[in-house]
Amino acid sequence: MDQNPNGLKGTFGVKTGLAEMLKGGVIMDVTNTEQALIAERAGAVAVMALERVPADIRAAGGVARMADPRIIREIMQAVSIPVMAKARIGHFVEAQVLQSLEVDYVDESEVLTPADEEYHIDKWQFDVPFVCGARNLGEALRRIAEGAAMIRTKGEPGTGNVVEAVRHLRTVNAEIRRVVAAPEDELGTIAKNLGAPLELVRRVKEAGRLPVVHFVAGGIATPADAALMMQLGADGIFVGSGIFKSANPEARARAVVRATLHYQDPAVIAEVSGDIGEAMPGVEISTLAPSERMQERGW
Amino acid sequence: MKIGVLAIQGDVREHQRHLTALGCEVPLVRRVADLDGVEGLVMPGGESTAIGLLMQEEGLLDELRARIARGFPVYGTCAGLILLARDIEGPPPPRVGAMDITANRNAYGRQLASFEAALDIPAVGETPFVAVFIRAPRIARMGPGVVPLAFLDKEPVMAEQGPLLVSAFHPELTGDNRVHRYFVEKVRTAHYRPAS
Repeated sequence: MDQNPNGLKGTFGVKTGLAEMLKGGVIMDVTNTEQALIAERAGAVAVMALERVPADIRAAGGVARMADPRIIREIMQAVSIPVMAKARIGHFVEAQVLQSLEVDYVDESEVLTPADEEYHIDKWQFDVPFVCGARNLGEALRRIAEGAAMIRTKGEPGTGNVVEAVRHLRTVNAEIRRVVAAPEDELGTIAKNLGAPLELVRRVKEAGRLPVVHFVAGGIATPADAALMMQLGADGIFVGSGIFKSANPEARARAVVRATLHYQDPAVIAEVSGDIGEAMPGVEISTLAPSERMQERGW
Repeated sequence: MKIGVLAIQGDVREHQRHLTALGCEVPLVRRVADLDGVEGLVMPGGESTAIGLLMQEEGLLDELRARIARGFPVYGTCAGLILLARDIEGPPPPRVGAMDITANRNAYGRQLASFEAALDIPAVGETPFVAVFIRAPRIARMGPGVVPLAFLDKEPVMAEQGPLLVSAFHPELTGDNRVHRYFVEKVRTAHYRPAS
């Protein structure tokens, strides 16, 4: 593998670079090779290898951990697109294991049961890139400060209800607009109030967006959900339970991919949304007890 | 000059930014109609399987093959290189397949093997070019009409054939726009004749 001794590996540019290549695409949760192949054939740009999709994790309860390495390896062998896998928040040994498996991205994810309620993984210690969830700008910038090379909204995983992902994406966008509009001498106080490093707040002001790619995740269940998130400014889409808990995963996967591409064209979204079977059953967020809300995990 | 960027998926806005800075009008191309009046096209990095499938559905593969036969300039980076390659080692995605090269997909390995390296590209100037390789393909074979433009460890990583230009790396991920300037010049001097 190491055929370029002069090349620099694991740099932040190399880590964010892969996320740049995924933009405009759909990343799908899969639990076996058959699902991974369905996702790849439907035009997914990557898959997330899991033991259970979030809806089933929610139903099963108990402690949710990193997937069995055997499942991850099988999926990596089955498809040519990048394979991501989840580690528990703060569980840097699970992340070390995933890096040794050579997964393409590690998701330090609130979908699994946190291993550390105070500290997230120090992601600078790794060559494998990380994606992390965030509900607001401060949280996103804290994760980037820890070395995350890609951010996604948390949403509320496994619910098939897009409302929390919408809230998180709109919140980040509104906070970015505020930073952009603020004069230079107010940035220090803004950084303090966000709980984020000043240097990253400056970069947000210069670029007018997050310094890394920003996907959405958590509750996306239909082609129209995906297009909604793209019109709200998402760089791309994670679909967790939405595909393989629906009645016709193959048709839904293709429809979500096409709606993500033609997100500005309601006629195409209408066309792809027909005859794809029932969406996954949804959950009203207010029926979840605070302890059942995965988005509250992490800080 | 109007140079489109294929906007199915991938790092579209980085290419758009470089081309816009060079004074081009840069429409995003998602369907055949978007190619109206376009004089050249950049196919960005992304996932070649996904991009190829959706290009096929949109009729873009047939349209590009026809245009390239009339001299239409296309620059493919990474996934774009795979989509322009006639032959593929590894799972072959639906593709344009107009350039006489064999692309070996993800030949450098998975993401952990992705890297940056300084390249000599004499065609764009003397200063080394910082090139980013992300799960990059290798050019495993070049046909007789293909001209290599840059090498890494003696293997070609950038090449051209007539109106077609490919690179295994991503010049759009850096601030250096010399490779894009080279392509703009290629479009300017191309003899593309739109079908009447």
